[in-house]
Amino acid sequence: MSTGDPTFELDGQRVPLQPGDTILAAAARAGLDIPYLCWSAEVSASASCRVCTVLADGRPVAACVTPAVAGQKVECRTPSLDTQRLRLLQMLFVEGNHFCPGCEKSGNCLLQVQAERAGMTDLNFEVLNPERPVDASHPDVLFEPNRCILCQLCVRASDEIDGKRVFAIGGHGIATRLLIDSPSGRLGDSALSVGDRAAHICPVGALLPKRVGFAVPIGQRRFDTEDTRG
Amino acid sequence: MVVNAAAVSEPTAETADAVLDRWQRDPLALVQILRETQAATHWLPRSLLAHIAAALGLTVAHVEGVAGFYRFFHTRPVGRVRLLFSDNITDRMLGSEALLAQLCARLGVVPGEVDAQGRFSVDRCSCTGLCDQGPALLVNHHQVITRLDAARVDALADLLLAGTPVEQWPAAWFEVVDGVRRADLLLSGLAADAPTLPAVLAQSPQALLDQVAQSGLRGRGGAGFPTARKWQACRDAAGPLRCVVCNADEGEPGTFKDRVLLASHADALFDGMTVAARAVGAQQGFVYLRGEYRYLLPQLEQVLARRRGQGLLGRDAAGVMGFDFDIAIHLGAGAYVCGEESALIESLEGKRGTPRIRPPFPVQAGYLGRPTVVNNVETFCAVAHIARRGGAWWAGIGTAQSTGTKIHSVSGDCARPGLYEYPLGTTIARILEDCGAHDPLAVQVGGPSGACVPASEFGRAIAFEDVPSAGAFMVFDRSRDLFEVARHFARFFAHESCGLCTPCRVGTELVVRRLDKLAHARGAGRGSAFDIERLRDLDTVLHSGTHCGLGASACNPLRDTMRHFGEAYAQRSTAPQFQPDIDLDAQLSSARRATGRSDAGAHLHTDTPA
Repeated sequence: MSTGDPTFELDGQRVPLQPGDTILAAAARAGLDIPYLCWSAEVSASASCRVCTVLADGRPVAACVTPAVAGQKVECRTPSLDTQRLRLLQMLFVEGNHFCPGCEKSGNCLLQVQAERAGMTDLNFEVLNPERPVDASHPDVLFEPNRCILCQLCVRASDEIDGKRVFAIGGHGIATRLLIDSPSGRLGDSALSVGDRAAHICPVGALLPKRVGFAVPIGQRRFDTEDTRG
Repeated sequence: MVVNAAAVSEPTAETADAVLDRWQRDPLALVQILRETQAATHWLPRSLLAHIAAALGLTVAHVEGVAGFYRFFHTRPVGRVRLLFSDNITDRMLGSEALLAQLCARLGVVPGEVDAQGRFSVDRCSCTGLCDQGPALLVNHHQVITRLDAARVDALADLLLAGTPVEQWPAAWFEVVDGVRRADLLLSGLAADAPTLPAVLAQSPQALLDQVAQSGLRGRGGAGFPTARKWQACRDAAGPLRCVVCNADEGEPGTFKDRVLLASHADALFDGMTVAARAVGAQQGFVYLRGEYRYLLPQLEQVLARRRGQGLLGRDAAGVMGFDFDIAIHLGAGAYVCGEESALIESLEGKRGTPRIRPPFPVQAGYLGRPTVVNNVETFCAVAHIARRGGAWWAGIGTAQSTGTKIHSVSGDCARPGLYEYPLGTTIARILEDCGAHDPLAVQVGGPSGACVPASEFGRAIAFEDVPSAGAFMVFDRSRDLFEVARHFARFFAHESCGLCTPCRVGTELVVRRLDKLAHARGAGRGSAFDIERLRDLDTVLHSGTHCGLGASACNPLRDTMRHFGEAYAQRSTAPQFQPDIDLDAQLSSARRATGRSDAGAHLHTDTPA
């Protein structure tokens, strides 16, 4: 990189940027971590989780969808943004029913690891305890809506990668939920197959391929660290 | 995709097919198709949604997602007559809750439920924009009944129980008055000898834009963005096709000025839109009319038809060769968030009204990706005047940073509610005096997303540089409890959150629950400093990055009332330490039932002995 290349500043570090870059994409290329849940390079962004909120020249923006601007000063690791991220993660935990010790996604779960990295040790808010029936109708994929964080990755993967439009977002407000496109509204009657990208893109344990839950044992999973490897 | 279309009854499918044909099976018209179908079928069973989805080439999940987004679409059975009580705080102050209870008692229904014979259902809805003549209710998402009182509700119950069709109800019930108390230039209308639209449009597009730039006009919808800059950005954006959209989704509780402009100054509005279209080079115009104003549709369509006949719309509009422009009206279906311009455009395209990711902004890529100008009704009406009398004239009214006049929708505790138009820069005290507010405690300026201004600040002026306003002016006198006002607004925002982003979706709900805890009799004595701290937490989160302005302003009433009326919170948070919001002893009731015990040992004693 020559000194003339455009850069912006992330927490005091210079980050090179390319045309069309978002703040998150440029940071990721430079090996700098901005925490996120609902983003994936494979599909278009929904900007729904807001965990990647940073201050761009003092203005709070979602790093996943905000264009990087040369010369801009971006802050991510500040005490107030650390608290903001923690609160957002706590909100997601109280909104659904998340029981990590009993979840086969544990160790591979982005929500779990972001909460751990944010230093989350309690829920801070009261739990909402929603009633969300599990949909086990599909032979190969389990839908466990209690864990859904409405990131829309499955919606977008099914639309944009699989070309099947199996999922949609329904309701509004706190009653917002994932809808399944089938005559019965159940996953088993939908066009989803276990080979679809949408069946694997879930960052939490809401959509899981069946019968492989513990194929990779706890301790050898994606987010296991020195501490958790045992 | 396989759908079970056979499950739709024959007449229902025929109804939907007629509507689908009228809209040429255009998926962009989905919201209109659902609206018109439901007007005949009362509700939208999933089988009917599947039928419509198949006809439009959409998935049933997509159509279900759209139907489930708008508050006026019913995906569960409702009555053949649907009554929605307007539930703004001003309606409540006029006794709407007692009237709702009275009606429900007479009809034998519970709010939100349908009666056993499927005849009627009664529920609440967000503000219907009739605060100066409330309490109001909405009938079948079509007509409005104003000035409800016990006698009117009794008579209404009689008619409902007798099965009298809505068309035969007393016409006086449906009367909506303009209620103009103080007219300045906008509410006085265009002068009889004002130049005609063709004369105005004889100026070049750039000259029209320059006039608006010189006027200093800023958007009247709340954000106050300079109108000319918006237009210039749209004009400069690439692409052959452009749109001009009028935001008539006047959803901010306590705001009803656009209702009067639409009812009595529609020509000025359409003039303004046509000027904008000429200035930016647009071919297509839309009025996004909130569903609550459905009763205004026929007269607005009539005005448009007349203007087409006069050559003011259509090919070579207003006599300008090569300027082809027409306006269509799109009805909303009960979603406050559609007042946000990118959500409004999503809704225009027949989708869920979720605000878009910006950039691109609508002026770059709006309706169908075309550069699109979205302005408020009052903004376009101002343009109609500016284009005739010049930017300098408008700039001479108001203050340097806030030019022109502003219409205020005054309601609440005052002798003379209604519309008041003043030059910007007018003090709150002046408006309070004019409307006959005795001993006011606070004014909610600009609606729940605006500011709660206490008596000590009544000397402040309504202007972009002081207290900005989108047009609501709700007065609370000293008999009111500002905690309850804030709690009411918190419920409004939770009800209207689109559900996209975490802080708004979850945060607005958590605010409601925390305030409910402080409010409920059960919570009496259970609130503590802990709860107040959590409310401050939530306020910080919602002010630190949401997807759109709804979430960003959802905690404004909480923040303002905590600051100015802290005592209302302090008296509800007197417990020395945190108390749970559940009755622990009551939680044991099922265990007591199961074991048949009722002795002292089967009860938890959580209360400190007296």
